[in-house]
Amino acid sequence: MSAATVRRVEWIAVAVIAFALIVLVPLLHANGVIGNFWISVFGKWLCYALLAISVDLLWGYTGLLSLGQALFFTLGGYMHGMYLMRMIGDLGQYKKPIPDFLVFLGWERLPAFWEPFSSFPFALTMVFLVPGIISYLFGFLAFRSRIKGVYFSILTQALTYAASIMFFRNNLLLGGNNGFTDFKFILGYKLNEPGTIRGLYIATAVTLLLVFLFCRWLSKTKFGLVQQAIRDGENRVLFSGYATAHFKLFIFVVAALIAAVGGALYTPQVGIINPGEMQADKSLEAVVWVAVGGRGTLLGPIVGAIGINGLKSWATTAYPDLWLIILGGLFILVVLFLPGGIVSIPARLKTLAQKLRAKPEAPAPAKP
Amino acid sequence: MLAAASALLVSAVRAAPAPSARQTIAEAALAEDAAKKRELIGRLLGQGDPAIAPLLEAWRTDALFVLTAPDGTKIPVQLTGEKDAAGTQSALRVDTGAPLADAAGQPRRLAAADLAAVEHTSSLRRAMKAVLDLADLAAPDPAVRTKAILTIGLAQDAEKLPALVARLGVETDPGVKRALRESIAIARLKDADDAVKLTALVELKELTSLASTDFISRALKEAETAEKPVLVKAAKDALRAVEGHRSFVDFFGTLFRGVSLGSILLIAALGLAITFGLMRVINMAHGEMIAVGAYTTYLVQNIFGAGLTIPFFGFSLPIFGLNLTGAAYQWYFVAALPLSFLAAALVGIGLERSVIRFLYRRPLESLLATWGVSLVMQQGLRLMFGANNVQVSSPVYLSGNWTVNDIIFGWNRVFVVGFAILIVFGMWLVLSKTPLGLLIRASMQNRAMASCMGVRTERVNMLTFGLGSGLAGLAGAFLSQIGNVGPSLGQGYIIDSFMVVVVGGVGSIGGTIISAFGIGGIDQVLQQYLPTIAPGLTWVPGIGSFLQNLAQDAAVFGKILVLAGIILFLQWRPAGLFVTRSRNLED
Repeated sequence: MSAATVRRVEWIAVAVIAFALIVLVPLLHANGVIGNFWISVFGKWLCYALLAISVDLLWGYTGLLSLGQALFFTLGGYMHGMYLMRMIGDLGQYKKPIPDFLVFLGWERLPAFWEPFSSFPFALTMVFLVPGIISYLFGFLAFRSRIKGVYFSILTQALTYAASIMFFRNNLLLGGNNGFTDFKFILGYKLNEPGTIRGLYIATAVTLLLVFLFCRWLSKTKFGLVQQAIRDGENRVLFSGYATAHFKLFIFVVAALIAAVGGALYTPQVGIINPGEMQADKSLEAVVWVAVGGRGTLLGPIVGAIGINGLKSWATTAYPDLWLIILGGLFILVVLFLPGGIVSIPARLKTLAQKLRAKPEAPAPAKP
Repeated sequence: MLAAASALLVSAVRAAPAPSARQTIAEAALAEDAAKKRELIGRLLGQGDPAIAPLLEAWRTDALFVLTAPDGTKIPVQLTGEKDAAGTQSALRVDTGAPLADAAGQPRRLAAADLAAVEHTSSLRRAMKAVLDLADLAAPDPAVRTKAILTIGLAQDAEKLPALVARLGVETDPGVKRALRESIAIARLKDADDAVKLTALVELKELTSLASTDFISRALKEAETAEKPVLVKAAKDALRAVEGHRSFVDFFGTLFRGVSLGSILLIAALGLAITFGLMRVINMAHGEMIAVGAYTTYLVQNIFGAGLTIPFFGFSLPIFGLNLTGAAYQWYFVAALPLSFLAAALVGIGLERSVIRFLYRRPLESLLATWGVSLVMQQGLRLMFGANNVQVSSPVYLSGNWTVNDIIFGWNRVFVVGFAILIVFGMWLVLSKTPLGLLIRASMQNRAMASCMGVRTERVNMLTFGLGSGLAGLAGAFLSQIGNVGPSLGQGYIIDSFMVVVVGGVGSIGGTIISAFGIGGIDQVLQQYLPTIAPGLTWVPGIGSFLQNLAQDAAVFGKILVLAGIILFLQWRPAGLFVTRSRNLED
């Protein structure tokens, strides 16, 4: 097969998958074949796929293993969650115009920083702005002092850890360890109606497609090539006159924004956001999706996120005790024996087949 | 009246009572006259016999009875224990505390219904309460005495003041004596006489009693409203002295906590300083190695005790216990130290052979694979030992504390500090004075060259990783004395350990030591002083009240500040405190 055919096959695959996700699944849901529960679950997996793409953009394409993507994901979720909390109005447990947990903490009025989140455009801006600024600041500091490799991973993990212990506190006025839940409305639509659920799902699937196409385009531009060159030999790129820190900072912020969008779509579909989502383990789990799916490809993370989460929802009910062992074991095996992930299996099989086919031509071993 | 009572008290304390407390109570129980009963009970005031409290309590709850023997003698008895079918309980003689025996010498059981309960009136109960309140003053254990004395002092109970003064005359323990002086002075702050107040203030100033701050400030306010300049001055002096002492105690307390936290971090990070620092292997399962050490300690404790059964994938593995008690049992911790080192070292060698040796050239992959290992190990521990924390008891020589000049030194913390020093010294010996250490250093500095010189670097890798993991296991044995032991024990230390190694400079053991103490110290200082600066944070525009709120949570906010500080520190020194120089561009 020539390179052009490969590309055509790939595009057909993408088109088929996109059609199935964006058109087929909602149609099946509208006809009642797929229930509300499952379409929300699919929606959740697609959000995780966005998170996986953001990890892959950094790890697979730039060689930066970030263990802090779950933080940006959760921050996006929290920003959107604040808007959803305001939309509950006075329908909460305490029938007060402020969120329940604030009533519980003894607040009478809304704290000032909660005020503007009643507006959707503001919340949407914050979904981008807060993770964007944090990733910019952190990335600026980290790349300026040329922190790379495992040090970068450890530092991003520390950042996530610091944020998560902060979000677990009630004093932050963001719901403490319960986070936000009990959402009722989004943009005036009731969240528990099938139409709203379907709408959210379609929005997620379309976002995923757009992000996929954007990353695909980005990886083919000159920028994308420099990015991959940084992964393969940063010093050479540096000595060729590229300011690698700027490239890395840009891609770090872009990845944070993609994760944040995923988080923002996650919150209304899952119905809860809490600091448990930003613990270091969650970031590593996202790395597992990418590794298993296949890093350095764009389909890999999507396949990995959906595949592993599908496996998880089956295994956690069938073998709840063994799930972590399955996940950990799978991860060890993939890292050791299948560095290219699932998407590299066809290519591997092909080489294997070629080897097998070539075998008869080799001189037969002399029989004793 | 007060004078009479105090005279009575003094006589009761001074004149060593010929009849024992039990006999006095027995006599009181038999006395016909209520006034006589009160008088006899009053004699118990200030006595420290531990039998008094339970007996009076029994009396108050109608568990004292009078048994009239066939010959007419009356014996007061206490009925205790479970009632059997016939309603009888075991009977103890009040005067001796021994079981009541029948003619054949067998213990007798009596039914409450057959006996006459010893009566008690409200005035008698009041007398008993006074006795019980003061009984602890003469308790044999100095700690109990001190506590009772301070309780009376802090209540400023003028009626019990004479008892304290009397006790001061006979007390010999210096710590208790100090508590007595402190309590007496605090109680005297309420005295109507200015001269008494003045001497009390001078006494408190001299004692720099931390407990008295509130009382002195109250006395100061009273003196100010009453416009008594002498008292105001004395109170202010006393307050200043106490506050000075408090900041001294806080400072050294913080220093000690900082050093002990630093030692904990150091012990937890030392293993990592070898595996990560020397071998450049990111072992995310390091935390689980610590957990292996902690669980080994738990196992050894159970082997010394009653044994236990471990469920393991459907099988259950019984482990027999030696059923040791007393001093022999207390040695379990000493036995656990080498065993936890060995257990973790074996697990580490297994891990190196099966996973890590394939990944030496791919550090990011080793990070990921070992994270997978850590997940598997965590879940394995959970399946074997349960998801809840297990109980690891502290041996007696590690529980308890010293209080020196109001600064509290917990023995386990002191021990951790000493142990950290010992472990660092041991590691230095191994690395710089043994052939193995020489090989380790050679292989880590230049693997190819060492290999050319005939060093079996594969083996050295294995042993080095085993050494690092073993140190983590040793850390686990210690951490089991300080925190909880549960399947996710290691997770709490892993990030801190990595931070310590990164800040110290990868590959530099000395840097690890300095950074552990630096991070531990800064953390404790922040925890101590953040709440005091919190009110001053309101000036920050927009988020002032928010910051103030956060700063109240000193433990968490301090930790966040430390992490932020580390990120900023790495701007200044990207390779940590001590840089291992290399000509390799990629290093």
